[in-house]
Amino acid sequence: MMEINNLIVEKLKSLGEDTVVETSDFRDDFCVTVNADKIVAVAKLLKEDSELKFELCEDVTAIDWAKRKSRFTIVYHVLSLKNNFRLRIKANLEGSSEEIETVSSVWSSANWYERETWDMYGIKFLNHPDLRRMYMPEEFEHHPLRKEFPVMGIPGSVPLPKQID
Amino acid sequence: MEKYQVTNLSDRRIVDALIAQDPDITIDDALENEMIINMGPQHPATHGVLRLVARLDGETVMSVVPELGYLHRGYEKMAENMTYLEYIPHTDRLDYTSTMANNVAYVLAVEKLAGIEVPKRAQYIRMIVAELSRIAGHLVAVGTFALDVGAITAFMWTFREREKIQNIFDRIAGARFTTSYTRIGGVASDIDSEAVSMIKEFLDQYKQAHEEFEKLLNTNRIFIDRLEGIGILPKEDAVSLGMTGPNLRGSGVEYDIRRAKPYLYYNEIDFNVPVYNEGDCLARYFVRVDELKESSKIIYQCLDKIPSGPTMANDAKRVLPKKEEIYSRMEELIHDFMLVNFGINPPVGDVYSAVENPKGELGFYIVSNGTGYPWKFKIRSPSFCNLQALPLICKNQMISDVVAIIGSIDPVMGEADK
Repeated sequence: MMEINNLIVEKLKSLGEDTVVETSDFRDDFCVTVNADKIVAVAKLLKEDSELKFELCEDVTAIDWAKRKSRFTIVYHVLSLKNNFRLRIKANLEGSSEEIETVSSVWSSANWYERETWDMYGIKFLNHPDLRRMYMPEEFEHHPLRKEFPVMGIPGSVPLPKQID
Repeated sequence: MEKYQVTNLSDRRIVDALIAQDPDITIDDALENEMIINMGPQHPATHGVLRLVARLDGETVMSVVPELGYLHRGYEKMAENMTYLEYIPHTDRLDYTSTMANNVAYVLAVEKLAGIEVPKRAQYIRMIVAELSRIAGHLVAVGTFALDVGAITAFMWTFREREKIQNIFDRIAGARFTTSYTRIGGVASDIDSEAVSMIKEFLDQYKQAHEEFEKLLNTNRIFIDRLEGIGILPKEDAVSLGMTGPNLRGSGVEYDIRRAKPYLYYNEIDFNVPVYNEGDCLARYFVRVDELKESSKIIYQCLDKIPSGPTMANDAKRVLPKKEEIYSRMEELIHDFMLVNFGINPPVGDVYSAVENPKGELGFYIVSNGTGYPWKFKIRSPSFCNLQALPLICKNQMISDVVAIIGSIDPVMGEADK
């Protein structure tokens, strides 16, 4: 277990010393926090390196920290079938930034996950091929999983079909 | 876009996405017009409220855009405003064809976060109900799949068997569909001898029932011809599109979380992981049929190996006390009050816990800030991820095969839309 953790960090550091911000290992879930500017390079390396081969991207989501200095964290879960190992990648967005480069060019499954994250959190994924809302209608102006959105919804925010008399 | 006269913004963007998939196609023959058709959300073959917008050349599908969200209930938002215990009934409503498996998946995630050790008997009961659930889910999948391609009898037969499983759930949990059976730290109630004999009786006669419907479909020339070579998903695409479960194994990737990262006590159980290399609709069907047999094998072994003992962990601060203790003892009453009102307060941190559900990998990503409510709660639902392959595998297929392809992918919209 330990070897692969170190191997991942070592390989990521080849992209520059500032790539890896921190690592954690809570409940045996290994997590690497990386520099958000380098996310595409990190994704490419993890997928294409012959020893790592993180080919299956399982999930992309965001965390809204509400009052923290850097408000959003993007979370990726990737799986290596070769090593039978799951890795969590986190990227903290600087300050009040709501943009990050898309990884859908690396893992095509990220396409819908990123659309869902855009819909729910309003994170713009730059260069995404088809950044539409996943669940909510296109006319909807809010992003429901942000902490300021009330649980009971905002009356009138979802457009209803026109009444026919 | 004036050509299409779409006024609604959502629809216009769907059509844009549809055209963008293949902008180079031009159809020269004036008689061969291309057509854009809408399928669903109210369509019997889309297994719920899935909507597809397809661009056709004659009868051939050139591109298709799935549109989700018609069953979106905001379960992730709701979870952030509930204690971990309160959320258990909502997991029933994710994949409503295999409720027990969702219950098990959810409590495993919370137990991993809180670090609760669960008694072995409870884990074995969870395995039994999860596998029964898998049988129920796959019976629905296979039955409705056969119905979609025109074989009505098989549908009746599989639903007859599934009905018996619902009766077992009624006996075990007190409800047929909305089971909510598992609790954090164990299961709501022990299985009694009558439930065990019901399960045994079901399994003994299921063997024959399984052979019957297998004979009906596997040797059916029409059924085979309708599905063979249809909707091929190559191995590399299956991995890069994030497919999991029977759909991934139908494309020749041997990955089953029960085998790769055993949870519960699957490491003590002997079972096969069926894998087919063809990647077409028929292969995905065969994986499910073989898994039905493997699941009954697993339940037999569980019933043999299940130890006696408690079914709830002994952890007063985080596990609900028994009802009779609440009414008779002060300490338990206080604990019950604190647990129900303020939650179990797991430590600060985040976990991702994934299990092999009938549809694929069901994962929960929970971020805790140390209070009774999760700060963030994400459901990684297999149906959502599997549906993403639709545009690829529908391409260049006939419009009538789209129905077969949706059936073979087996989405449940309750889960895909969350």
